Amino acid sequence: MTPLVFFLLAIPLVLFSLGVVLARSPVRSALSLVVALFLLAAMFFLLDARMIAALQVIVYAGAIMVLFLFVIMLLNLQHEPVESARPGQKTIATVFSLVFVALMAMVGWKGLPGMPGPGVEAAVAPSFGSTEAVAERLFTRHAFAFEVTSVLLLVAIVGAVVLARKVQR
Amino acid sequence: MLTIVAVAAIKALIVIGMVLNLAGILGWVERKGSALIQDRIGANRAAIFGFAGAGLVNTLLADPIKFLTKEDVIPRGVDRLLHTLAPCISLFPAIVAFAAVPFGDRLVVGDLVVNLQAVELDVGVLFLLAMTSLGVYGVVLGGWASNNRLSLLGGIRGSAQMISYELAMGLAVAAVVLTFGSLDFQEIVRRQGELIGGWIPAWGILYQPLAFLLLLIAGIAETKRAPFDLPEGESEIVSGYFTEYSGIKYLMFFMTDFVEIAVVSAVVTTFFFGGWQVPFLTAQGFVFPWGGTLALPHLVVVLLQVAAYMIKVFVFCCLQVLVRWTMPRLRYDQLMWFGWKVMLPLGIGNLVVTAFVLLLVRG
Amino acid sequence: MTTVPASWYLLLGTLLFAIGALGVLVRRNLIIMFMSIELMLNAVNLVFVALARQQQVMDGQVMVFFVMTVAAAEAAVGLAIILAVFRNRETVNADEVNLLRW
Repeated sequence: MTPLVFFLLAIPLVLFSLGVVLARSPVRSALSLVVALFLLAAMFFLLDARMIAALQVIVYAGAIMVLFLFVIMLLNLQHEPVESARPGQKTIATVFSLVFVALMAMVGWKGLPGMPGPGVEAAVAPSFGSTEAVAERLFTRHAFAFEVTSVLLLVAIVGAVVLARKVQR
Repeated sequence: MLTIVAVAAIKALIVIGMVLNLAGILGWVERKGSALIQDRIGANRAAIFGFAGAGLVNTLLADPIKFLTKEDVIPRGVDRLLHTLAPCISLFPAIVAFAAVPFGDRLVVGDLVVNLQAVELDVGVLFLLAMTSLGVYGVVLGGWASNNRLSLLGGIRGSAQMISYELAMGLAVAAVVLTFGSLDFQEIVRRQGELIGGWIPAWGILYQPLAFLLLLIAGIAETKRAPFDLPEGESEIVSGYFTEYSGIKYLMFFMTDFVEIAVVSAVVTTFFFGGWQVPFLTAQGFVFPWGGTLALPHLVVVLLQVAAYMIKVFVFCCLQVLVRWTMPRLRYDQLMWFGWKVMLPLGIGNLVVTAFVLLLVRG
Repeated sequence: MTTVPASWYLLLGTLLFAIGALGVLVRRNLIIMFMSIELMLNAVNLVFVALARQQQVMDGQVMVFFVMTVAAAEAAVGLAIILAVFRNRETVNADEVNLLRW
């Protein structure tokens, strides 16, 4: 049952990610990414990360990508070809990506099964991945990072407002 | 396994049936209600053998048939895929948001216990917020894919308004979640069945009146209805972001409006007015605080609770229709000022005060 | 087979990461390059969640929480920069913004 659902999610995920990279129009690229993020949220659900899945849709697909779409529409970007400045850049990039995937596949197949731990399919407590579990870790062990992140968000807000302001002449 | 799938499918069909029927009836309430408010008669011309049903035949039969048989006009120079996709993306999250809202307590059939909630999520509230966030895409794409400057303006204004009021809505919801201690809708409704001091039902409005106001106002702003309907701007930019849509695509945008009214009503009912709770009704029957009891069979209790839920949702839908036809439209800068400088500080203040009070009361 | 081993999730994450890296290297439109970077971040998120599930430790999911927050901050500032670049150079093509001053 689970492999079926996994492939049902994984194959469109890869296809839409390719759509992000290969689409001519930036709007279609952004929409492909939205669908890919949504599918990724579904996959998080499959991995018992319910709160993170909901946050993925709320934050990533629902806010960050809307921001992307806004900027694309404000700049009124049109279709454009997939071109590059240097000759052979596309070929070299593709070759390197394939080599990287092959290396990581080898790591996964040889190294990962030997990793300590119960395994993905082992039964887990029903509170795993719930909001309470995330909060417990977040506010005890990672409390400092949490506080620093809130300062980071404040800095980002101020930075974005300053950078996007029209210059007063 | 098969029973689980069958039960889930039946629950989903029931919820979808309720939502779509409610959207249709709301169209009728809108037309006849607005006619009543504006001291006119409203739509009454379409009739079957003389039976006009006070406008029901017009709104529920003639109008949809008219929309479905109209020509589908696609303007030149638009991205066809996006133009067709925008109304679908608009409608989908609105209907799906109902998946987490419970419409009754447990139903016991033989040895099968059915929780009357289409999907039993323990992060139901987050799911609702997620679907609300996704609703922005329909507006943005509808405005962009119309190849029309004024539609784009309506689309950008609409989406900016939606994401601004999402913040106030999220803060109001956070205060409610803090009060009831759970993100699961069914759990929140069950907690509202308790009695304060043995006499008053512990409905959310008694704990969080300010959050109720914030959620209602933010919800009306999310649905882009008056007084927040500048993105649609009926008398100014034709129809705003859905100017260039006709036929069934327009019907889908129109339906999104009504389904979102239903969503806001359902959420407000569930958080603040007890959802399916009837005061003093427990699973065995009425238990009055002065000692009297009235035992009722299980099915009657469940039916009473579902009926209570539907009546409450309908009342809030009518309230939103009333607000639309009563209040004038807010100008765009007034709208944004209200969302960011009034609602957001109030929401944060409410959350902080709630947290303090809970800390004092619960230790 | 009734189980999905963690290596499958790792492979999927790698695939997504490689596709994102391809996007950054091949495309010249700044916004699409930025979106490819977001895709890479999400691939890493997937691997974090999968391994958190495998080890049955919640810290992986907390890490995803932080990655999401940082990505949001980065997206806001990055898009503001792109807007500023567009205002000055009238282009978002990465090859045309290669002079420090003109």
